[in-house]
Amino acid sequence: MFEGFEGGRMPAAYMSAGTSSFAEFLGAVSPELLPGHNPPAQGGGEHLTPDATTIVALTFPGGVALAGDRRATQGNVIANRDMDKLFRTDEFSAVAIAGSAGIGIELARLYQVELEHYEKMEGRSLSLEGKANKLAQMVRGNLGMALQGFVVVPLLIGFDERAEEGRVFSYDAVGGRYEEQRYHSIGSGSVYAKGSLKKLYRDDLSENEAIKAALESLYDAADDDSATGGPDLHRKIFPLVDVITEDGHRRVAVDEVERLATEVVEGRAAHPDGPTAPLS
Amino acid sequence: MSMPFYVAPEQQMKDKADYARKGIARGRSAVVLQYDGGILMVADNMSRTLHKISELYDRIGFAAVGRYPEFENLRLMGVRFADVRGYQYDRRDVSGRQLANIYAQTLGTVFSESPKPWEVEIVVAEVGESATDDEIYRITFDGSIVDEQGFVAVGGSSEHVSGRLKDRFAADATLASALNTATRALADENAEERELEASNLEVAVLERAREHRKFRRIHGRRLRTLLEEGRSGTGKPASSRNQGSDDGDEG
Repeated sequence: MFEGFEGGRMPAAYMSAGTSSFAEFLGAVSPELLPGHNPPAQGGGEHLTPDATTIVALTFPGGVALAGDRRATQGNVIANRDMDKLFRTDEFSAVAIAGSAGIGIELARLYQVELEHYEKMEGRSLSLEGKANKLAQMVRGNLGMALQGFVVVPLLIGFDERAEEGRVFSYDAVGGRYEEQRYHSIGSGSVYAKGSLKKLYRDDLSENEAIKAALESLYDAADDDSATGGPDLHRKIFPLVDVITEDGHRRVAVDEVERLATEVVEGRAAHPDGPTAPLS
Repeated sequence: MSMPFYVAPEQQMKDKADYARKGIARGRSAVVLQYDGGILMVADNMSRTLHKISELYDRIGFAAVGRYPEFENLRLMGVRFADVRGYQYDRRDVSGRQLANIYAQTLGTVFSESPKPWEVEIVVAEVGESATDDEIYRITFDGSIVDEQGFVAVGGSSEHVSGRLKDRFAADATLASALNTATRALADENAEERELEASNLEVAVLERAREHRKFRRIHGRRLRTLLEEGRSGTGKPASSRNQGSDDGDEG
């Protein structure tokens, strides 16, 4: 009645004590469902999936915020203008992706199930370091695809319940894991977003100020990088923002982002280059 | 070399069923019932870590009695099945009915093929959009599956416990009142009079209003408060008394 359910028994792997890792289990029973299972024989396939662009993350006392623009591009074409690149992976973590969108979405979905699966199997969640390391292994698993041109890198944010603080982890295409202090950005507009955050970041930002800083930095990225989308007031398409505090994960409501993004855009009408930092 | 005795198939099945029933009767019962905010699951369980009640998927919970290693195997299988399904299709495509079916098939196969049946009885409960969409399935050691309405008890003296549940059950009871109904039914098991304390109870809810995953364990201070509230409600069905006083328990 179900795939693999023959003779009234589930395949033995389902019943064994075995692994608490979903990816490992899936690799054993249905490897064809794993992302990157069937890599192309030769490179040059990058044009087959659009690129997800800029993501920023920053910590504030008691939490961490993650924001992403909505654009996906394919060469000089805007492939998608309202894409969601942010994934809630469990109550205390979220992942955003930049690079080959098709691969990245699959990776984020698998990672989401991975964390939840572990929690259900073991009766407790992974530590934040455990979550960060698991993601590193999964990115490394995509190395074959990355070499064919399908590069995808995630940015992980999480609230560390032990240290009671928000943390940010970045990755390279081979699975190198780097903990970032205070703020970080990935994707095509990351250079501009990071420069902007560098000037806007303070250690005592409130949650609201952190969200505002994230929106300002995304505006700066969109200003200088053609692949990053800015707030679209006419179509009502705004960046997406996730916040994680000790109360858990929260997707910031659309009208709240709309209000803040409109403030940013209006501020730029008076000062096109945005807020400036004092020199002395 | 000795010749095996001939045993009639009817007798064989009866022996197996007796064996399984006896095994299950050695342990304590568990109950699953609806309340006004979803589905409540309560088990008489001393252990903090060897759970009888667990989460299978977003809207689906699992309760079991009998031999721990056997139902733990079934739990792992269910979690794996649900996660593969949900990943392959969509999260909404995992249903309690599918899980109840694979459990029934698995237990049925073990019962007819293996010399030793599994001494377990399990409940798969799925909380729906509204109370009428809730589903509660009871699956017994031989793979029989029953679609229960409103409440169910599993375990050694489940008939007795579910009789007590039936007397008091009200689908629109508050959580505290439903918990009181459940603990009283469990306490009355084997007709012994005892008081069940928070430390003997494993309690979880599938909360209809909750986002993402509906399953939540209730323990510690919150459980003690709820037990207290339920008792002070004098144990009458919630529908027959003022419900406003219990609203504070949702925090």
